[in-house]
Parts: sequence; structure tokens; C-alpha cells
Amino acid sequence: MPTTYQQPTERGYYGQFGGAFIPEMLYPNVEELRQQYLDILADPAFQQEYQQLLRDYVGRPTPLFEAKRLSEKYNTRVYLKREDLCHTGAHKVNNTVGQILLAKRLGKTRIIAETGAGQHGVATATVCALMGMQCIVYMGEIDMERQKPNVYRMRLLGAEVRAAMSGSRTLKDATNEAIRDWISNPVDTHYIIGSVVGPHPYPDLVARLQAVISEEMRKQLLEKTGSELPNYVVACVGGGSNAAGAFYHFLEEPSVKLVAVEAAGHGVNSGHSAATSVLGKPGIIHGSRTLLMQDEDGQITEPYSLSAGLDYPGIGPLHAYLADSGRARFISIEDEDALKAVAELSRLEGIIPALETAHALAALGQLGAGPDDVVVVNLSGRGDKDLETYLKYADTIL
Amino acid sequence: MNRIKNVFEKKQKGLLNVYFTAGYPSLHDTVPLIKSLTQAGADLIEIGMPFSDPLADGPVIQASSTAALQNGMNMRVLFRQLEGIRNEVPETPILLMGYLNPVMQFGVENFCREAAEAGVDGVILPDLPLDDYVAEYQEMFRRFNLRPVFLITPQTAPERIRRIDELTDSFLYLVSGPGTTGGANTQAEGVQEAYFERIEAMNLRNPRLIGFGIGDKASFQRACEYAEGAIIGSALIRALEGTDDAPAAAARFVQSVLK
Repeated sequence: MPTTYQQPTERGYYGQFGGAFIPEMLYPNVEELRQQYLDILADPAFQQEYQQLLRDYVGRPTPLFEAKRLSEKYNTRVYLKREDLCHTGAHKVNNTVGQILLAKRLGKTRIIAETGAGQHGVATATVCALMGMQCIVYMGEIDMERQKPNVYRMRLLGAEVRAAMSGSRTLKDATNEAIRDWISNPVDTHYIIGSVVGPHPYPDLVARLQAVISEEMRKQLLEKTGSELPNYVVACVGGGSNAAGAFYHFLEEPSVKLVAVEAAGHGVNSGHSAATSVLGKPGIIHGSRTLLMQDEDGQITEPYSLSAGLDYPGIGPLHAYLADSGRARFISIEDEDALKAVAELSRLEGIIPALETAHALAALGQLGAGPDDVVVVNLSGRGDKDLETYLKYADTIL
Repeated sequence: MNRIKNVFEKKQKGLLNVYFTAGYPSLHDTVPLIKSLTQAGADLIEIGMPFSDPLADGPVIQASSTAALQNGMNMRVLFRQLEGIRNEVPETPILLMGYLNPVMQFGVENFCREAAEAGVDGVILPDLPLDDYVAEYQEMFRRFNLRPVFLITPQTAPERIRRIDELTDSFLYLVSGPGTTGGANTQAEGVQEAYFERIEAMNLRNPRLIGFGIGDKASFQRACEYAEGAIIGSALIRALEGTDDAPAAAARFVQSVLK
């Protein structure tokens, strides 16, 4: 196995994907980060502070729960990695805790972030409150509407939420606006990107900060199943941060099948989809060369998913490489099947998942896993933020 | 022939480079705008190739790009429009400005060939990294006699400015301050001037044009005190908004800056 799945090249490439395609205005900040992030992450003082916050503030390690009724239904052994039990309700906070400590060491005083479903925005607003830093979150106007509770949470936490009004007014446009803010504030500001996207070193930085998920999985699996290695790891992919974290310590273990689940929206070929690995071709978005949904002229097309967190026309360059090389299998799940998976988990296990996470759960029936196989689903977030949507689609769900 | 070098040799001060988005306000305004801007006194023409997600641009150029794409502008249409432009505008340098993804999808070599055939002199791709340019495209640009133009900002380190200066033979695009195109100068008094003077004192090979936030006669003249000239984009686009005679509006705008 090549070792390049975990480690991009010095210029940030995973195979042909990655790099840093940024205007000169961003170069000093991104270059400063590139030169310092590995040293800062390796610094014992940083690690001590980071690990302590993960334990005492985030609530790590999160449990690995054997879902017996779900296992019975799919005739395999399903374990749920309970990232939904992290403080703020999703895995996103693993990254923001790390990046806020990084920002402090870089001497930054102002934090910006983009958010789709609002989970990353809430996780950023949370750590900014904790550290007493100014926080501005960009969010697509449409996403502000469909994820209202998270908008209120961010404001309660002291963040300013700015609506992105351009383009499709979703995650892509929120990211554009955050980048433009960074261009306008090149000295005092750190941009906490929420996924394994953006220019190098962000995809690697965020993957490393999320890698705690699979690090814990290995220990917990050994305890519960007698082996550190499962047969399958399943995670949903928008930009791909929870999948990167769940896959990270299994990337170089060829016996572990990695399954990335994208949002098919109304159907992969319906024209209303966010299944980037199927619909995308190599292109540049937000400073990274990756698989990208675009028209024949290279204009970025508007993705669609009912879930705001998966509604993104690209995927992180690591995932593009996993798709391209065949290391991970990509499955896409339609809105309706994701909604059904919400009800299924709620009623079989008493856990209401986020709509994004439900896409991963809906793939369980397609894995081909046998009765003795161990399947870990990364339960990336809880469903409280989606209750309004679930209510609206109650007929489908129930 | 290097029209860019020629124009800086002929005129050492007060050069005006104007930017407009191809296909805006209407699809077929491109060539009439080049002609009227040139006749009104613009020294260099920068044509924006519209992109769905222009990261370095403010709201005015973003909106013009969206409108241009809706009007049907794309690379093939633009190159067809530019066929024969050198019969009508023989001397004025023409530059293409845009983002890397549409150029990559068109094929960088195809792009260079078509641009050279149309008589384009220079290319500005803000999201093309210097290292990638050197590794993959420098030889190609040279073969087609296209000159890259690179941006310099107040945060660009001196050694990087020297490197940029070595990599081109056209002009240096001095971004006036932090921000995207079309923003106002919000820097404390003296900060911008100190930056311009610092660059001037470096005695670089290439002439300099100052852009971002230059929008009228006063800001143009002030910029010209610190460089060979300046670049105006968003303000021209605003002058074209809602007009049914874009060439006339463009000429009036240029005259208002130069008079």
C-alpha cells in the first residue's frame, strides 16, 4: 500500500488532487499556516492543551455503541461511533478546538468560518466563546432558513452570522464569502475551515484534527471485538471531514473497506444532486484541485441535497483520491432514503441522527456485509437541528 | 512584438488600464467596448473571462460575471468575438483576466493558442500559483508570446516580489490594499503611500499599475503619483449597469477619469 493516503506531498497533493490555488492576497496567511501547522500540532504543550479540552470540554472519548437491533435488521454487526455525543452535537468541534489553539499560537485575534448545516458554525462560535475571540460565521441565506436553530445557537454564543447572498446561497457561497473576508482581513484573522477542503494545508490539518475519531475506534474495537480492525467503516461525505476522521487510521489497512456516502438528492441523474464522485470531474474549487461538479465551460454548478451539510459541489482532495484510486467505495443515497433512515435509527436504537449522518445509515443495506462482519458507522451528528425538516417530511419518515 | 512593452515605452506616466467583463452588459458588447475604450484614451484593455465563483472579486464584478454567463458568454464565444480585433485595434495591449478552472477545462494550451491567435498580449490568472506557473505553464506562455501578470499585495514579502518581477516581462499588478475588487480604501492614512513607496524603492524591472479601489479621476491621479498608471474595473462596470449604449457609456466614463 502506498503511504500517501494519510500524508499528502509537501505541496499538498494526494495523487493529482490538492494543492493551493489561491490569489496572492491569501498567500502570506496560507503559507504561514503551511510552514507552522505540523510543528504546532507536534508541540507537547499544544497536545496537552488539545487533549485536555477534547476530554473535559468535548467529552471524548465518545462511545462506540453496539447497535443490536440495527444489527439484527441488517444481519451484520453494526457499531455506532457516537460523535453525536460530542459537545455541540457533532464531530465538528474536534477540529475547531484544535484550530482555535492553533490560531492563538499564530497570534490571531479574529476568527471567521463558513457553515452549511450550521454544525461547524456552532462549533466555531463555541470555541471562540471559550477563548474570548471575535467570531464571524458566513452561512448561505437558504441554509439560514433550513437550519434556524443553529443560527440562534451561534448568536447566543456571541458570534455574528452573516448571510451569503451570492450564487446558490448555500455552503459553496458561504465559503466564497469567508475567503473574501480573509482577503480583506489578512493580518489579524484566522479562517477555521470546517472540512477537509480548501488550499493546502487545510485538508491535511483538518484530517489530522479529526483523526481522533478513528484512533479511538481502534482501541474500542479491540476491547469489544478482539480486533482493532473492522470490516467496514461507513461515513457520509459533504466536504468529508467526519469521513476523513473515521477513515484516517484505517487508510493504510487494506482489509478495512472504506465506504463514503454522498447525497444523491432527488437522484444522481435528476439534475438535483450532490453526488460529486459520480457527477464531478477534476477542477478547482476553494483553492483545491479536486473532483468538482461543473459544466463543460468549467463553471461550478449548483448542487442539491435536502441536507445542508452535504450540499457542496466538491469533495476534499483526499476523498477525490480515495475515489479515483478505488481505495474507498462511494455510494450515493437519495433524500427520501436518508429520511427513512432517520426514523429507523430513532425507533430501533433510540437515537435521532442528523440528516447528513442518516445518509451513511441508509447505506447499510447496500454494503453486502455478512453476519460476522463488523461495520462501524460514524454517527457524525445528532438530529435536533433537523427537527423542523423531519416534521415537514413526517409522511415519508413515519 | 510586445505591445505591453511598447505602451510603457511610449508613455511613462498616467497609463490607464480598464477592466470589463466579457459579455456584459450584453453578449456582443465585447468588441464595441474594446474600440470605444481605446478611442476614449484607455492605454491597456483587460477583458474579464466570467467565472461562477470569482474569489478575488467584490460584488460588482461578481454580478457582472453572473450576468455575462447568463448572457451566454464562454471561452469559445469570446475567442470568436476577438477574431480580427487586431485589424481594428492594432496597438493597444489586450489582457485576459480570469480564474484557472475555466482555463483548465478549455485546456491551457488551447487557451494560449487561441489567445495568441486573437492577438492577446497578457494573461492574469489570480489563482494560478507561481510554482505551478513555472513548473507547468511558463514554457507554454513563452511559446505563444503571452505574458503573465502577477499580483503583489501589501503583505507580499520582498523576496517574493523580486521573484515575481523576474518571472514576467509586462507589468506588476499592485493590489492597493486588503480587500477584493471594488472596495474602498479603509487603511489608516499613510499606510497605502508607505507601501507604494516601499515598492517604488525596490527599483524593479517591470513597470507597475495600481488596482483595486481605483474608481475616479481623483483616485486615478493619486495612484499615478506612485506608479506608471492604474487599473479601473468595478467603477467602469457600474457605469455600464442599466445602459442600452454600453460603448458610449464606457467612453464617457474613461473621459471622466482622464479629462
